[in-house]
Amino acid sequence: MENRPLEYDYTVAKMFMLTTILLGIVGMLIGVILAVELAFPSANTMLGGLGLNEFTNFSRLRPLHTDAVIFGFTLSGIWATWYYVGQRVLKVSMAESKVLMFLGKLHFWLYLLVVVSVVVSLFAGVTTSKEYAEFEWPIDIGVVLVWVIWGLGLFGLIGIRRERSLYISIWYYIATFLGIAMLYLFNNMEIPTILATSPAGETGIGAWYHSISMYSGTNDALVEWWYGHNAVAFGFTVPIVAMIYYFLPKESGQAVYSYKLSLLSFWGLMFVYLWAGGHHLLFSTVPDWMQTMGSIFSVVLILPSWGSAINMLLTMKGEWQQVATSPLIKFMILASTFYMFSTLEGPIQAIKSVNAIAHFTDWIIGHVHDGTLGWVGFMIMAALFHMAPRVFKRELYSKSLMGTQFWIQTLGVVLYFTSMWIAGITQGMMWRAHDEYGNLAYSFIDTVSALHPYWTIRAVGGLLYLVGFFMFAYNIYKTMTAGRRVEESELQNASPMAA
Amino acid sequence: MFHWLEKHPFFFAVGVFVVIAFAGLVEILPNFAQAAQPVVGTKPYTILQMAGREVYIKNSCNACHSQLIRPFKAETDRYGHYSLSGEYAYDRPFLWGSKRTGPDLHRVGNYRTTDWHENHMKDPAGVVPGSVMPAYTWMFTNLADIDTAYADQLTNAEFFNVPYNKPVPMKDGSTVTVPMAKSVADAHAMALAEAKVITADMKDKNVQDMVAAGKIPEIVALIAYLNSLK
Repeated sequence: MENRPLEYDYTVAKMFMLTTILLGIVGMLIGVILAVELAFPSANTMLGGLGLNEFTNFSRLRPLHTDAVIFGFTLSGIWATWYYVGQRVLKVSMAESKVLMFLGKLHFWLYLLVVVSVVVSLFAGVTTSKEYAEFEWPIDIGVVLVWVIWGLGLFGLIGIRRERSLYISIWYYIATFLGIAMLYLFNNMEIPTILATSPAGETGIGAWYHSISMYSGTNDALVEWWYGHNAVAFGFTVPIVAMIYYFLPKESGQAVYSYKLSLLSFWGLMFVYLWAGGHHLLFSTVPDWMQTMGSIFSVVLILPSWGSAINMLLTMKGEWQQVATSPLIKFMILASTFYMFSTLEGPIQAIKSVNAIAHFTDWIIGHVHDGTLGWVGFMIMAALFHMAPRVFKRELYSKSLMGTQFWIQTLGVVLYFTSMWIAGITQGMMWRAHDEYGNLAYSFIDTVSALHPYWTIRAVGGLLYLVGFFMFAYNIYKTMTAGRRVEESELQNASPMAA
Repeated sequence: MFHWLEKHPFFFAVGVFVVIAFAGLVEILPNFAQAAQPVVGTKPYTILQMAGREVYIKNSCNACHSQLIRPFKAETDRYGHYSLSGEYAYDRPFLWGSKRTGPDLHRVGNYRTTDWHENHMKDPAGVVPGSVMPAYTWMFTNLADIDTAYADQLTNAEFFNVPYNKPVPMKDGSTVTVPMAKSVADAHAMALAEAKVITADMKDKNVQDMVAAGKIPEIVALIAYLNSLK
């Protein structure tokens, strides 16, 4: 037994791969619709004849877009890779434990149930209004259950591992689990209103699913952005770093450049990230010292972020020709580059004087999207491209399609963030402009009308990315169904991790 | 030490947790009690205002409109006095927003009227040429959820000591008492009385008929809430 290679069981990984693609399409498609609605407001009522205005309206679709991308596409991607990477670096197959296999499948189906209830509730306008934490208490309980089940599976697999030392990716998956657990629990503390009793003795009044936040006003804002910013940390940064630490060395056949740098950047990221949430609240009513801490730590955050990114780029040392020949390496290297770009842009926006212009404008939207499209999206798609042949035991359907997709999506991201930069800075400057008599130079609507061209370019950029995502989905689908069967278990370069 | 941690997942996880929890403890806890104190002039929401706030939340108005005026000349010129922490003491959840696709609304009650809001929700571009805001026509027929607004009030009073039925100090030295209903039926009666005041300034015939028949459309509640933002 010990001398034969392990037969890893990818049942659960496959399930999450499918939801990654499906929910990616849903989330990005809604994103494009939203972009079009902003540029051309009449699009809001496109299904007006059917009496569906309420449900195709920008305001209803907006939380659906963010949640579908964060908790649909990204989270599915994280789990798809976890159920693949976890087994391989821990040297243990899920098939060895009936319990872990059951937990994995339960994890998936319960997650799907939560996803469906989220879609229904957001369309119905059932929301707590807190960004990325819109779900009412019954769904929150579902989320916690899904999370606990994943945790049991995660630590269960670690518990029966054959490899004694935990590979870097596992550190990051553990941090993802702990970070989101802590943030989600504290931010979603709420009291269901059906618990209230009227003086007349009436109970169970009003909507059963409705709740009130445990925190009020400034406190609520503080907890929300401590959560909101760090949901980015533990949803968009930490697990994606986990992926690149596994997939880039695997795909390129190169060992990770520096172990010390990975140590430094991991513990640095863990310590520094949480402080930075305060930069969402500059010039708000939270105390000045907190705003200053948020600002300073955001700048410090460049160090651990760039630490990981540089570690990845240097991993390619001496093997840069692979970037030219392999579209998959291209995806990962550009992802790292966008990570560096985004983690430089964020701290710049967190500087108070810059924030005074950038806050509340489209520049912030641009920042989020160069991070999510360029870093998160590219890395998850790269991971799935790497996994597909190994999971489905078939060769990748088309490498040239992958290359075309890369360029279309890169163009999409560039159009997206450049247009949003210009839009944001334009609006920020117009808001603050005064004429020679000290009166405001522009009315608010002037600053909106000025953005139309940039919003149109953004819609085009988003559409290009979506087109690329359809190419990705098609490529994976064809790999599953029409790709040539693979005889050998490993396709490409020998592994530096000897998996 | 790190090599040892990497071989002991339990202690590794504990280490990670301590490191990530640290910032929250230092940054969030110290200010908690202080930030929750209301400033003079801040009063709890009435039933209809509360129902309107739920309409605001239901339609994610906060996705495009902020309720936070920053202490810059351009903002105080445009929107009024900058926001103070204590003004939000009864806001559960907070509705500061993170993006201004439309203008700030924290003091919109000072410079917009019932009539203006009514026309604006029906046809935003008709009131503000060039507006990208969609129309919210369904608010004129959907009914406001008064039951849940009442449950909101009760929860606020029972769990968070929001001072309903108690005199609250105003800026001019007077006090205001926001009453709380004694039962669900009483809550409906109170909300309807408030709605009639708002509807008197509205032109929509259908809305007036509905209120006359004892039903409160969402738009009336929303306007009650928007008018309270001062």
